[in-house]
Amino acid sequence: MENKNENLIDYLLILGDNSLILGHRLSELCGHGPSLETDIALTNISLDLFGQVRSYFQYAAELTGGETTEDIIAMKRVDREYRHTWLVEQSNKDYAYVIGRQFLFDAFHLPLLEQLVNSKDEMIAAVAAKSIKESRYHLRFSSSWMERLGDGTQESQQRMQTAINDLYPFTYEFFEETETEKLMFETGIGADLKAIEPIYRQTVKDVFAKANLEIPTTPARKTDGKKGIHSEQLGYILAELQFMQRAYPNMTW
Amino acid sequence: MVAADLRTLPVPVQEALLEITDPEIPVLSIMDMGVVREVSLDKQHVHIKLTPTYSGCPAMDMMAVDITRALEKRGYTATIKLVLAPAWTTDWITPSGRAALEAYGIAAPLDAQSDKFALIDGKRIVKCTQCGSTNTKMVSQFGSTACKALFQCEDCLEPFDYFKCLK
Repeated sequence: MENKNENLIDYLLILGDNSLILGHRLSELCGHGPSLETDIALTNISLDLFGQVRSYFQYAAELTGGETTEDIIAMKRVDREYRHTWLVEQSNKDYAYVIGRQFLFDAFHLPLLEQLVNSKDEMIAAVAAKSIKESRYHLRFSSSWMERLGDGTQESQQRMQTAINDLYPFTYEFFEETETEKLMFETGIGADLKAIEPIYRQTVKDVFAKANLEIPTTPARKTDGKKGIHSEQLGYILAELQFMQRAYPNMTW
Repeated sequence: MVAADLRTLPVPVQEALLEITDPEIPVLSIMDMGVVREVSLDKQHVHIKLTPTYSGCPAMDMMAVDITRALEKRGYTATIKLVLAPAWTTDWITPSGRAALEAYGIAAPLDAQSDKFALIDGKRIVKCTQCGSTNTKMVSQFGSTACKALFQCEDCLEPFDYFKCLK
C-alpha cells in the first residue's frame, strides 16, 4: 500500500465527490433558475455542498501529503478517479429533474451524516456535525418542492413523475457497498449503508405519498460510479469544472 | 460555549479583533458573531481559531485576511486556523450583535422551535425590522446569503432578511 491512509482517503473521495459534482450541477443554474428565489436557493445549496467538499478534500490533502492540495484533488483528477454516484451527475434537464435529483440525494445525505457524526474519525465527525444542519435545510427545501410540483397542476405532476421515473433507478447505487465503504464501516469510521436504506425508502415513501407521485418499479440501474465508472455526462462536467486549472495550471485567485 | 475572551490580551490585539466585521453583514463584528473561538499570544504572534458559520461561507476567507491585516498594521503577525468542532450556532451571536442585526434591517434568529414554526409552518411571528409588525410571510427559505431567509411584511410591504436559527 502506497499510503497507510489509502482507504480513508478513498472514503473521503466517495463522500466528497457526490457533493462536488452535485454542487457543480447546481452552480450551472446560477442566474438561470426558474425564479429569483429558487435560483438563490439552489446556488445556496451548491455553496453549502462546496463548503463540505472543501473540508473533506483539505483533510484528504493533508493525509496524502506532499504537494497535494484541495484544489488538486478537486480539479486535477481524470474521470476514472471521481467516485460519486451516477445520480448526481445527471443533467439539469428541467426544474423537475433538478428537484427530483436534489430530493433523492438529500434523503440519502441526511441519514448518512446522522451516522457520520458518530464516526471514530474526529475530522469526519466534525464535518458531519457541521453539514448536518445544512443538509436538513436542503431536504426541507427539496421535499417541499416535490410536493408543490407533484401535487400541483397536471403538467407539473406529469413532469415530476417523468423525472422521478428516470432518476429513481440510480438511487440503488447509494447502498451498494464498495470494499472501502465496508472496511470503513467495520472500523467505526464509515456509515452503515444497510441501516440507511430502510430510512431512505421510508422518506421517499412519505414524501411521494404527499406529493401524489408513484414510486417507480423500474429495476436498479447497474452503475459503478463509486468505482470510477461514469456516464458520458461526466466528460461535460469536467470540461467546465477543470478548465481553468488545465489552461492555467496551479492558478489561484 | 462562549466566544474567546479578549480581556487578557494587549489592547491593540483587542482593537484589531473588534474592528473586523463580516464583509456580508458589515454591522456585525466577528466577536459579536461568535466565530472567534480562541486567541492566544506568543510574543508578537497571535494564534486564532475561527469557526465557520456555514461550511461554504465565502466570507470566512475574507475575515481571515482582514484579521491578519489588522494585526499586521499593529505590529503583530497571525496564524489563523479554521476549526469545525464544535459547530457554530446562532446562539453564539451576542446580545449586542443581535441588536446590531435588527438595527441594520436583518431580523435576529428566533429560538429553534419558533424558527421551525416560521420557516416550515408559515406562522407569522418574525418581526418586521421596518415597522415591527409580525404580520410577515416567508418568501424564500434561502436569502441573499446562506445564513438568511427572505421575508416580506404584509403591513408595510417591505421585504427583509431573517437570520435563520442554526443549532
